Amino acid sequence: MSVSKEDVLHIAKLSKLNLTDEELEMYTKDLSSIVDFANQLSSIDVEGVKPTAHILNIQNVFRKDVMQPSFDREEILKNAPSKDAGCISVPKVVE
Amino acid sequence: MKDYEVIIGLEVHAELSTNTKMYCNCSTSFGADPNTHCCPICTGMPGVLPVLNEKVVEYAVKAGLATNCDISRFSKQDRKNYFYPDLPKAYQTSQYDLPLCLGGHLDINVNGEKKRIGITRIHIEEDAGKLIHDAYTGDTLVDMNRCAVPLIEIVSEPDIRNADEAVAYMQTLKSILEYLNVCDCKMQEGSLRCDVNLSVRPVGQKEFGTRTETKNLNSFKAIHNLIEFETNRQIKVIEEGGKIKQETIRWDDAKGIGYAMRAKEDAHDYRYFPEPDLAPIVLSDEYVNNIKDNLPEMPHIKKERYMKEFSLPEYDADILTSSIKSANFFEKANDICNNPKAVANWIMGDFARMLNEKEIEIDESKVTPENLAELINLIDKGTISSKIAKQVFEDMFESGENAKEIVEKKGLVQMSDEGAIKELVEKVVQANPQSIADYKAGKDKAIGFLVGQIMKETKGKANPQIVNKLLLEIINK
Ligand SMILES: [Zn+2]
Repeated sequence: MSVSKEDVLHIAKLSKLNLTDEELEMYTKDLSSIVDFANQLSSIDVEGVKPTAHILNIQNVFRKDVMQPSFDREEILKNAPSKDAGCISVPKVVE
Repeated sequence: MKDYEVIIGLEVHAELSTNTKMYCNCSTSFGADPNTHCCPICTGMPGVLPVLNEKVVEYAVKAGLATNCDISRFSKQDRKNYFYPDLPKAYQTSQYDLPLCLGGHLDINVNGEKKRIGITRIHIEEDAGKLIHDAYTGDTLVDMNRCAVPLIEIVSEPDIRNADEAVAYMQTLKSILEYLNVCDCKMQEGSLRCDVNLSVRPVGQKEFGTRTETKNLNSFKAIHNLIEFETNRQIKVIEEGGKIKQETIRWDDAKGIGYAMRAKEDAHDYRYFPEPDLAPIVLSDEYVNNIKDNLPEMPHIKKERYMKEFSLPEYDADILTSSIKSANFFEKANDICNNPKAVANWIMGDFARMLNEKEIEIDESKVTPENLAELINLIDKGTISSKIAKQVFEDMFESGENAKEIVEKKGLVQMSDEGAIKELVEKVVQANPQSIADYKAGKDKAIGFLVGQIMKETKGKANPQIVNKLLLEIINK
């Protein structure tokens, strides 16, 4: 397997996900096959090919610095499961 | 105890003073009601397309050129992934391997000695939102107004060796950013803040020690105090045989103590990858040269000019040009009264003291350059004495009225009528025979006392030169 169980647990932790043992098995297998698939690219000879920063042949997509009205606060907070005092309310963040 | 060397690098975050955010048209203005400067782009809704604000590139390039960096002709943006409630997208758009500016330096002055501090890089990135602790419910509230306000991060080389150098570097950088007008540098509002990376090592050791990082210091005092604290703490740990842990320190400025935050072993696993929604930034020589040719006069150049053009001492020129606000005030006032040394003395003396007491900046004062110039003109013409001028200035500082009005209203015009002054001098001389005797016995101090008496009689309005002249004439008769 190109992805170990430890790798999956680490990624899950960074993503704040809890996995059951079954899910851990499943994701280790699935992620390995995804990485194996992508790794086929490594077999291509890229000698002399410049690194790509973007898949489309575009550059310098800019906008002018001109202000426009923002959204209504009600609209912005509409999907928040919990809100208070015009803010999204989340469980206490301990520094 | 061994001698230790302190190694400090600063990461300075400067919010750019653009009208709109980095990737959307929402306002960047400070202090609005929570979540009223937000749209689907800056709150990270799925399916939106960010478009880079052209001013962000321009301002970052200006900062790069003013700090002697090379400007990258090809640059890109990357996603820095971390999970925290102040970051609705769960990644910060930043720059990883191809930043806009590379390899610059800044010259700082510490106790009269010049030192060069290297700048590793300057990159553009977006700010995060603000978390507010709700004391009532115990929850954390998220205000996303600041999400995606554009920033530049200026990363120094580890060339700084103590608190004074760090503060001087920060002051120099602040002054440059203000001259460029790319950041308002209001540290108390967080628009200019810095992270301090610090380690110590015994003198002579080649390898760096383990460093700690303290984030978001937003005053010169906090930077200074944190560095002194952390330096002493690390040396003590090592002297006692301990090891420095690589950790993040939280600085409590009110208490003057740093606390180690819980070590997050995965904290630095940011899994950067190229931002697919944003196109590479490709800058032509023409673009860069155009900005270079239009950079405003920088502080050290202005300082040289002040010394030459206005014959000001280096000390004065240094203080006046350390902030664009005081430099502008100086030039405007001097244009009117044409007395550079007098304008400089006011700005560095009583005016500076009163601004400090009020904790405001020169452009927030009620005193305008026109007011100060008029006051200086009144002194130069002999209408008021310089002693009275101090009184007028204090009045002007409080009320914002102009000097002429104050002088007329309060009847402070200087007495220069020799006849009237002579009468007074004779009166005072007659009333103080002992002082005359003292003077004749060689005690020159007695003259000062007599002048003081005359000034008191006239509430400070008598022209001191005339008083002196007449007094000596009368006594020596
Ligand atoms: Zn927005």
